[in-house]
Amino acid sequence: MSFLEYKLKLAPTGLSKILHLNWPLVILVTAVASIGFLMLYSIAGGNLDTWARPQMERFAAGMVLMFLVAMMPIWFWRSMSGAAYLVAFVLLLVVEFFGAVGMGAQRWIDLGFIRLQPSEMMKFTLVMALAAYYDWLDPKRVSHPLYVLIPVLLIITPTVLVLMQPNLGTSLMLILAGATVMFAAGVSLWYFAAVSSLGVGAIAGVFLTRGTPWQFLHDYQYTRIDTFLDPTSDPLGAGYNIIQAQIALGSGGWSGKGFMQGTQSRLNFLPEKHTDFIFTTLAEEFGFLGAFSLLILYALIIGFCLFAALQNRDRFSALLIIGVAANFFFYIAVNLSMVMGLAPVVGVPLPLLSYGGSAMMVLLVGFGLVQSAHVHRPR
Amino acid sequence: MKPSARQAEESNRTLNRRALLLGGGMGAMIAVLGGRMRYLQVDQADAFQLLAEENRISIRLIPPGRGLIQDRNGKPIAANEQNYRVVITREAAGDVDLVLRRLATIIPMTAEELAATAEEVKSLSAFVPVTVAERLNWTDFSKIALNAPALPGVVPEVGLSRRYPLDFDFAHVVGYVGPVSEKDLEGVENPDPLLRIPKFQIGKIGVEKWMEDTLRGQAGAKRIEVNSAGRVMRELERQEGDPGANIRLTIDADVQNFAQARLGEESAAVVVIDVTNGDIICCVSSPSFDPNLFVRGISHTDYNALTENDHRPLANKAVSGAYPPGSTFKMVTALAALEAGATTEETKVSCPGYIEFGDRRFHCWRRSGHGTVRLERSLAESCDVYYYDIAQKVGIEKIAEMGRKLGLGQRYDIPMSALTEGNMPDKAWKLEKHKQDWRIGDTINASIGQGYVLASPLQLAVMTARIASGRAVVPRLVRMVQDKDVPVAEAPVLDIPAEHLAAVRQGMNAVVNDDAGTAKGSRIVDPMMAMAGKTGTSQVRNISASERDSGVISNDDLPWERRDHALFVGFAPVDAPRYAVAVVVEHGGGGSVAAAPIARDVILRAMSHGLPSLEAYPASQRGRIETMLQELPLRYPVTGMVPIRTKA
Repeated sequence: MSFLEYKLKLAPTGLSKILHLNWPLVILVTAVASIGFLMLYSIAGGNLDTWARPQMERFAAGMVLMFLVAMMPIWFWRSMSGAAYLVAFVLLLVVEFFGAVGMGAQRWIDLGFIRLQPSEMMKFTLVMALAAYYDWLDPKRVSHPLYVLIPVLLIITPTVLVLMQPNLGTSLMLILAGATVMFAAGVSLWYFAAVSSLGVGAIAGVFLTRGTPWQFLHDYQYTRIDTFLDPTSDPLGAGYNIIQAQIALGSGGWSGKGFMQGTQSRLNFLPEKHTDFIFTTLAEEFGFLGAFSLLILYALIIGFCLFAALQNRDRFSALLIIGVAANFFFYIAVNLSMVMGLAPVVGVPLPLLSYGGSAMMVLLVGFGLVQSAHVHRPR
Repeated sequence: MKPSARQAEESNRTLNRRALLLGGGMGAMIAVLGGRMRYLQVDQADAFQLLAEENRISIRLIPPGRGLIQDRNGKPIAANEQNYRVVITREAAGDVDLVLRRLATIIPMTAEELAATAEEVKSLSAFVPVTVAERLNWTDFSKIALNAPALPGVVPEVGLSRRYPLDFDFAHVVGYVGPVSEKDLEGVENPDPLLRIPKFQIGKIGVEKWMEDTLRGQAGAKRIEVNSAGRVMRELERQEGDPGANIRLTIDADVQNFAQARLGEESAAVVVIDVTNGDIICCVSSPSFDPNLFVRGISHTDYNALTENDHRPLANKAVSGAYPPGSTFKMVTALAALEAGATTEETKVSCPGYIEFGDRRFHCWRRSGHGTVRLERSLAESCDVYYYDIAQKVGIEKIAEMGRKLGLGQRYDIPMSALTEGNMPDKAWKLEKHKQDWRIGDTINASIGQGYVLASPLQLAVMTARIASGRAVVPRLVRMVQDKDVPVAEAPVLDIPAEHLAAVRQGMNAVVNDDAGTAKGSRIVDPMMAMAGKTGTSQVRNISASERDSGVISNDDLPWERRDHALFVGFAPVDAPRYAVAVVVEHGGGGSVAAAPIARDVILRAMSHGLPSLEAYPASQRGRIETMLQELPLRYPVTGMVPIRTKA
């Protein structure tokens, strides 16, 4: 659909757009972020200024950005998709190839009030570009090999750049979110089945040949994989963090040790407790009730997003919302699996909770896009 | 291109279907995460709670106060004193080198100590306190407190450490404590966790070592909260331990001090035993050393000085020294012969100055001979030939049996280090030890306490106590534990006929109180305190054939380490024995000259309050004795002569 086909008269205009925002989503996001402030306050030992206040300031700024993005019509964002993807891609190239020389191996660009990480920007510009691509593409051709290759290249090229930084977590997120958009756009399941079986086959090949003369990797590489997969095999080294995180989680019990009473976090047994492992402190201090409530809040956010996508008959909007929701979901899933010992440790923050300005801003801009799509949906 | 409405509808349906699929997949994953949460936080909560507590709580031991050691009247021998020390922590100090340099201007510290401390501080975690100096005096200690602002990270502390106020007097008996070493932990099945405390002090020798379990006490404990780096955050709970039990020895510190001073620089030992109950009244080895040096960590110079001294200050000669008892053994031979009927009180033996067995000639110490000798005179004048004669009649087995009955050749159960068993040889022993048959010459040598016979001063004192009392007196060192008397059963009567003992005691009386006695110069003239005894002079070298022919060289012409040992055993008062004494002066020459006077002074001191009365000494000796007594370097100078101690 082109924007000419939108029934413009039915789309809200001016300040009345505010009334048409997806308010439950706004409230849920604020609620989760507030839990984050509380935890950051607790982790700092009751100090507001260490982490909680900067995080609140960034959240406020991010909310303003979200509203601004939401106010802009979705067809504006669609027309910006290609340009945004290109800008993010160029910035990625800049920090990758010139950052090492000119900026002392930085992976970010300092904008004064915030340090902009191009890899963060790429998370949603990629989703936008893919959504715009599938909006443009004739739905009959989505499974045509040539038209599958194009989005694959759109995903793989920035992923390789991010992987070279090296940032395994973010590159994984790019692939998962991109694949989700492709999946939602209707690309034949055979492609996904083929890629999945290739991946499984490669992994199986690596492990099945272990110990045979024609094994793929060196023995020391296998040992590294073992530690990666099973942290308890190295309890004081690589496995220490994950073991301590599980102790914190488990010892929280049903209702937790109480606000600011978490011994594991207060006595420094927890690693990265204000960033990637912030969930452990929550689970320790508020127990299963607190942790599960957070999970429900997250599920509601994703649910509202998916519902908004189903409601939206604009293909770009729907795909964009699904892409943002998938991105949000994969961050949560990977982070929680990691801290709960279901997956190996990959440096991935917990959205809205982990301390960090760049990720928070980008995420809120993403939600701004969701809101814009929702406000300007065809009626 | 513009898709038709139908196509758009179609693609929209696909999208919705896929979106629902995605939603289902995400929901399933969230359910898995929720399930995992439940498993960790509900099902496994108890296990993880335990792990979290183990992380958080650390238990530190509180060392108990060590039990005190006192003499029989309660005088402190080993005490715990306040130890003023300073510790430094790196994180609080900042510039460790600067702070240490400033500290060195306040308290005495060498450059090496300074460097060693700086090294230690830097090698440990920033919050671990390191001891900079210990045993500071109060002045230095308060100076540090005053200069606290200039010394960040330096904290003055007070702890307890062991001190021996009677230093030299009890070094051998009580020993000393020192930090636990790897060697101490070796072979211990389940070491007391206290031993793992850095620098925890345990007994190394003597009573401190052998009564360690009594003295140590029970550790207290405190539960503390620590963070991941091990830093103590706060104390949660504290349970004080039980201090160790106090011990009262049987030794009288004043008598001990007198004996130590009386031995002076001689390489010698003296033991006094209460014959009525076995209490060791004094047990002195000379020269001695200051045990406090070992507690502090003895310097190489001091240690080498002790080990290189040919008078062996570190050895406890009173219980570890095994000496040939010489003529002090003659009572054993006599009692064995009396029991076997090989001699009687009236049996006469002719002493021409030697006796011949086969082709060997054994000399009496008096080359001219004693003429006709009976038991009493054989002891009084120490005739060797008399004993050669009766010994070859009675045989070594009976002599050894009598020796053991009187306490020789065995180790007593007293808490001191390196107790020697001595040696009471018999045929079986020689066959096992030297793979040789016992010869008649061995019996001859043994009869006068030479050859294979060895005994410690403690054993000789026990032997004398048994002869004096007629009971199997067993020595004991501990009188009370934690204010409770250690029970002592009355020693059983020895199965030696009373008349035999009386005969031997009469002979011992003659040794001192007969004008021909070998120890007549060491007589006590006060009849209430009169002493009986026996002198001994034991050879420490083999007498060569040429010497045997030409006559033994006078001791004065020999180098110190080849001179004879001087011995004396005795008891007093003669008619109601209370104390038995044994004295050995290494390489002292004749027992009558070197050992008997010491024995007299010490046993008199044991029987008196304060210094012995001059009245007890023969009039001709009083002037000399008075000077000698006044010049003794006693710890507590005693003023005035006090009358005899009343009989207990």
